[in-house]
Amino acid sequence: MLNPDLVGRTVTGTTSTTVTQESIEAFARALGEKNTEVAPPTFAITISLDQSQSLLQSSGLDWSRVVHGDQRFEIHRPIIAGDQVRCDTTIESARVVAGNEIVTVRGDIFAGNECLVSTWSTLVFRG
Amino acid sequence: MSTFEVGQELTPQTFIISRAKLVDYANASGDQNPIHQNEEFARAVGLENVIAHGMYTMGLAGQYVSAIAGSSARVKELSARFTKPVVVPAQTDVELIVSATVTEVNSDSARLEITATCNGVKVLGMAKALISL
Repeated sequence: MLNPDLVGRTVTGTTSTTVTQESIEAFARALGEKNTEVAPPTFAITISLDQSQSLLQSSGLDWSRVVHGDQRFEIHRPIIAGDQVRCDTTIESARVVAGNEIVTVRGDIFAGNECLVSTWSTLVFRG
Repeated sequence: MSTFEVGQELTPQTFIISRAKLVDYANASGDQNPIHQNEEFARAVGLENVIAHGMYTMGLAGQYVSAIAGSSARVKELSARFTKPVVVPAQTDVELIVSATVTEVNSDSARLEITATCNGVKVLGMAKALISL
């Protein structure tokens, strides 16, 4: 079970990566989107989920038992090629329901001081 | 864009999901979980077959919303619950039908309630979007 002390803790993303036009185009192509001036609305998941995974795995949760419960995006400004992004990750809540551990993780994707996208993933770790 | 009215039902769009498209999405997104590509693995963990990434289904719903809004740049919020898996057997084109109803219209934005079904079963729940006009 997740240590309750971790809930509410924010882990600041220390590495920043540059979003490439190629990565936006590959993602858009997979969804059938032809306009690649900005990233598709769900592109942020490619940045946030890795961070959530490493945080939750290092907190002892078994990623092989995870099911994606729900997902939400708030897009303040669309991601574009050339953005140097980092992701701050916060475990917002964790509870056990019927033996499953349900964790909500928030990712805030920044370029410099500007928050581009906030995204929430609810992940269900099957018990 | 300003012609949206509350209660308006928007034209549905059908997306075709296949094993090849799941591989494309896995490569583009970095989510290489074998339950989305490997039938043997999927069955071994208790699934009836390979299932689509929830985020692929949501991505297609997002693509539908982008088209309605006129651009991905106009999509301000998108949310969905993954209620049922989209099962993708080998050599099969699975149809995902996405539609939406306008639930709120403001001077510069509109809210949509999205429906996504596969073989008549809703695969996304509480699916909503906010678009700017």
